[in-house]
Amino acid sequence: MKRVIAIVAFLGALIAIWQLAAASGRWSPVLLPPPAAIAEYLWNALGDGTLLDATLVTLYRLLIGYFVGIAIGLPLGLLTSTSDYFEDTIGALALGLQTLPSVCWVPLALLWFGQTESAMLFVVVMGTVWSVVLATDAGARSIPPIYARAARTMGSEGFDKWTRVILPASLPYVVSGMKQGWAFAWRSLMAAEIFVTILTGFGLGHLLHYGRELSAMDQVIGVMIVIVLIGLFADKLLFSPWERLVHRRWGTGLK
Amino acid sequence: MTAAVAHSMEVKAAPPAKLVVEGVSKWFRTPRATVHALDNINLSVAEGEFICLVGPSGCGKSTLLDIIAGLTSPDEGRVLADDQVVAGPGRHRLVMFQEPALFPWLNVLGNVMFGLKRVPDLTRKQRRAIAAYHLKLVGLEKFASSYVHELSGGMKQRVALARSLAPDPRVLLMDEPMGALDALTREQLYLDIQDIWARRRKTIILVSHNVREATCLADRVFVMSPSPGRLLDEFRIDLVRPRDINSPEVAVIASKIMAALKGRMRISPEAVE
Repeated sequence: MKRVIAIVAFLGALIAIWQLAAASGRWSPVLLPPPAAIAEYLWNALGDGTLLDATLVTLYRLLIGYFVGIAIGLPLGLLTSTSDYFEDTIGALALGLQTLPSVCWVPLALLWFGQTESAMLFVVVMGTVWSVVLATDAGARSIPPIYARAARTMGSEGFDKWTRVILPASLPYVVSGMKQGWAFAWRSLMAAEIFVTILTGFGLGHLLHYGRELSAMDQVIGVMIVIVLIGLFADKLLFSPWERLVHRRWGTGLK
Repeated sequence: MTAAVAHSMEVKAAPPAKLVVEGVSKWFRTPRATVHALDNINLSVAEGEFICLVGPSGCGKSTLLDIIAGLTSPDEGRVLADDQVVAGPGRHRLVMFQEPALFPWLNVLGNVMFGLKRVPDLTRKQRRAIAAYHLKLVGLEKFASSYVHELSGGMKQRVALARSLAPDPRVLLMDEPMGALDALTREQLYLDIQDIWARRRKTIILVSHNVREATCLADRVFVMSPSPGRLLDEFRIDLVRPRDINSPEVAVIASKIMAALKGRMRISPEAVE
């Protein structure tokens, strides 16, 4: 309860400062609309369905891109961890491409796929996959060798060893890698939606883009808040249970 | 643990193995030096025999155990289990390590069940029953759903013992597993091990630097010397079982073995306990 009060007080203080700044008249209301204007926009956008539709379109793209990224990144990361040869090749490639901001994939995606869903998916997957590869690789490499020895003496080799020992043993790293992958996927998708204008679906990034085109700052800030909230909820829903599981079993973390 | 389950598990107990170690030598090469770890080890272990290797730290006894397990390959010589050359690890030769090496992502029961997945033709229910039986054997049935980090060091090693016994291996290779246990737990385990061994007749090779422990448990005790590791003396122990580690008979033989061990320790006498 104390923590809830702290959170509410903190947010209240932020909004109060914002309200004061907007009311001071130093900045044009076009550039700095008051909080009430944002609330009004969000209320209207919720009412006419644009916000919900855009959110669903965006989440759909995000989930597909994210899971494709995981499906490629996880096995690739495990493979990378098996030998120095793969580390020097796939690992180095992953490291290099992870440093590339995902928005840099947009020109390539547009030329290869045109203004299509495929271009969008490509950018998200490219933004996600490399951080998942790196986290899985680091996780598998940090497993105490005694686990693998114990597994081998109990007759667990090959695929069985990978699924029942290596993968669960690297779970703490894999969870943080998947979390990082989610953050990267989210960023990539926003970049893609802002830069790839397509007719097959109007996402949150597009709302943001057209808000800028129309100088509708209430829309820009409102959509930004929605994006932050979705990120927070995803974190709580998708990753917190896994992090708690890791802490409980490994005995890590505080408390 | 019901009598019926106990009965069925004794019926399915695999026959113990005959182990032969033939001229095994091993060198460890590092960029700076080559260490001659094992020199021409010859050892024959009968079916169901309990062998103990004693020696100071660094005499290569753990390396020999790894080679018998198939976790390490020898540079010279070979190991035969039931006349088959050992080419790799297998579930018929289970190792108990110095560290418990339990898996933190599984609870205690899950750890004991791990090796049972590789035993063919067991249903999940049977695996649970066998695992629960072995947990009870080491006195930890109340901790079946605990996680590894919640156990003390001694409890972890007892779970590791249950995990090694559960898949009913033909050979049990123990690499100083009792070192981390407190004296009382250890004495209880000596009795448990003798009891299990009497009923199921596994071939057991125990590596230890505790001469009393070796005398209490083994049919034959081998004294190893370091650098390079060699088998020097062999002691046959014919005391009736179960043996009490505190009995005078055990103490007499143990002191003889200790004298032999000390006589051989020109290189590092302080390494012997």
